[in-house]
Amino acid sequence: MKVRAQIGMVLNLDKCIGCHTCSVTCKNVWTSRAGVEYAWFNNVETKPGVGYPRNWEDQKQWNGGWTRKSSGKIQPKMGGKFRLLSKIFANPDLPEIDDYYEPFTFDYAHLQTSGEAKDMPTARAHSAITGKRMEKPEWGPNWEEILGGEFEKRSRDYNFKDIEKEMFGEFENTFMMYLPRLCEHCLNPACVAACPSGAIYKREEDGIVLIDQDKCRGWRMCVSGCPYKKIYFNWQSGKSEKCTFCYPRIENGEPTVCSETCVGRIRYLGVMLYDADRIEEAASIADEKDLYEAQTDIFLNPSDPEVIAAAKRDGVPDSWLAAAKKSPVYKMAMEWKVAFPLHPEYRTLPMVWYIPPLSPIQSRWEEGQLETDGVIPDVSKLRIPVKYLANLLTAGKEQPVTHALERMLAMRAYMRTKHVDGAPDQGILDHVGLDKPTVEDMYQIMAIANYEDRYVIPTNHKEYAGKTPFDNELAFATRSECGFSFGDGCSGGEMKKSLFGTPTHKNTLNGQIRRQK
Amino acid sequence: MSSYINELLFGIYPYIAILVMILGCILRYDQDPYSWKADSSQLLRSKGMRWGSNLFHIGIILLFFGHLVGLLTPEAIYHLVMSAAVKQKLAMIAGGIFGAMCFIGLTILLWRRITDPRIRATSKFADILILVILYLQLILGLATIPASAQHPDGSSMIALANWAQHIVTFRGGAADFVMGEAFIFKAHIFLGLTIFLIFPFTRLVHMFSAPVKYILRPGYQIVRKRG
Repeated sequence: MKVRAQIGMVLNLDKCIGCHTCSVTCKNVWTSRAGVEYAWFNNVETKPGVGYPRNWEDQKQWNGGWTRKSSGKIQPKMGGKFRLLSKIFANPDLPEIDDYYEPFTFDYAHLQTSGEAKDMPTARAHSAITGKRMEKPEWGPNWEEILGGEFEKRSRDYNFKDIEKEMFGEFENTFMMYLPRLCEHCLNPACVAACPSGAIYKREEDGIVLIDQDKCRGWRMCVSGCPYKKIYFNWQSGKSEKCTFCYPRIENGEPTVCSETCVGRIRYLGVMLYDADRIEEAASIADEKDLYEAQTDIFLNPSDPEVIAAAKRDGVPDSWLAAAKKSPVYKMAMEWKVAFPLHPEYRTLPMVWYIPPLSPIQSRWEEGQLETDGVIPDVSKLRIPVKYLANLLTAGKEQPVTHALERMLAMRAYMRTKHVDGAPDQGILDHVGLDKPTVEDMYQIMAIANYEDRYVIPTNHKEYAGKTPFDNELAFATRSECGFSFGDGCSGGEMKKSLFGTPTHKNTLNGQIRRQK
Repeated sequence: MSSYINELLFGIYPYIAILVMILGCILRYDQDPYSWKADSSQLLRSKGMRWGSNLFHIGIILLFFGHLVGLLTPEAIYHLVMSAAVKQKLAMIAGGIFGAMCFIGLTILLWRRITDPRIRATSKFADILILVILYLQLILGLATIPASAQHPDGSSMIALANWAQHIVTFRGGAADFVMGEAFIFKAHIFLGLTIFLIFPFTRLVHMFSAPVKYILRPGYQIVRKRG
């Protein structure tokens, strides 16, 4: 057993209101630069839909993630090392920028400079790449917002696998949900595996997956390797970039920007302990429907004395072990079994998990034709088909999702009897196998969701970086240095003239269109 | 050509070019590692990449190693296997085939870079310059084939190989070997040396980062310790 710790995330989709605050705050902090205007480390998609980049979930098209060979070994779906390198000159699995969208800005200056005219001047869209006027933007990170566009196109959604989808195009049967997406900081990251330069790595102490910008050579294999399409190629710097899990904040015990600013309070951050020796074994399970359970099998119980002893041996700080016991992520994923990984079938063992959303009961129900077991509504009557959620979260296995939805329904029903009727109904809890303290805790964390319950983040303990604890040299070497930079000292990566290549583009997010030569 | 100019271009210029390349690369790698990259533009336009980039790269890599082995193998060694005349014929045929591949690829890439609005807009001066120079160099190289054909005994080839071997072994009088050769050879050598000269200031540096280590990496995953 090799114990490692990671800060995991859970998103409670039941409470997501689709406001995009996470995306906007993330963009302001991380991708408001030339070359990554099109990149959203965090974006919110409306499901069902094909998403951003278009159809990202379908690995028949993109070859992302892992594949299990007949020998039982796994390798990147793009191919083994030689096959992957053979794609280096022209990568057939690389999305084009139009699959995301051509970045643009509006010509606001024209409103002031157009002079007198018969018609009102308008600010037209201009490409951030060429500066040319664009007739209309055609795609984006939330293009299918609240079921925008025709069902015909949206229904190509990969999660409709094995579902008779035609009926969901009818107004009476339509359904939707939001899916905020970010880098999954996987235990078995396919981007790391695909990187020929060895520039992408997972941090041992907190599991954050980062790209070393000085080592990245821009071979762009990671973009294809990641099945979530959460690595973005900066077309201005020629290097790949990705969600950093706001590591400078996490190191200080603060939540990521997307979590901190979440209006619906849907995001949770907490420590997960896992057995690093069993990652490959878990990712190589034969039946992809077993991958969700296989991943939960390598998570370790932070209250188990054996685990604690092993964790201490492997250098996990005490404050992390204490935080692991209070981890909301562990509770939701392991104790209550209400949170699930996104597309476990990619075999990446993702570490950003999702609580499936409840949805309104079908109209037949409301007309009084109740089909119920007498205690809580039948989850098969929820507007969002369980199979759809299962395709998203458990590789199509419905039982765990049903179980989670029932528990969430039961929690609501029970708390309703407690707060509205004044007489808590123990029968509801017995029905789904919950006890009173557990449901009270679930209610506290999932419904009330206080800040300190959502974010249980120990600080990084950089003093352990050396061979011995409190190695002065290492612990304080970087004190008072500039923090995040682009390998050019403290200058922050802005436009500069250089013998080794001056950038061609300035940041266009200020609304200034690019002048054409 | 006066012997002074000849000495300058083929006796001294090679050392200037190679020195600038080595020092420039060290400086760039050390001082500005963020700029060290392949600078792929495939994200912005993948059309033309499959044929253009593959043919160009495969062609030019084979040409590079062809030149390396062809110029630097001492006469005594290859004579164990073949005569100079046979070696020259081999070089002309292989060079012709690889050169043709490279020519098709480079034509596609150059066309794409100049005519595609997205690629044009994101091209640095050095990106276009290096493609044009490589294109000219390739055309010059292909044009040496008929010139070589006029010396089927391999005499030109031997002279050029002697020049290269004298340069890399720091022996004097290297330029004298080139003195009497056809202009096309001289132009090809000069432009080739110029590519060495501008190498550190262009995207060509990605050559040094050819990811051979990827094959040798144990397993697939990389985990970094705290620090």
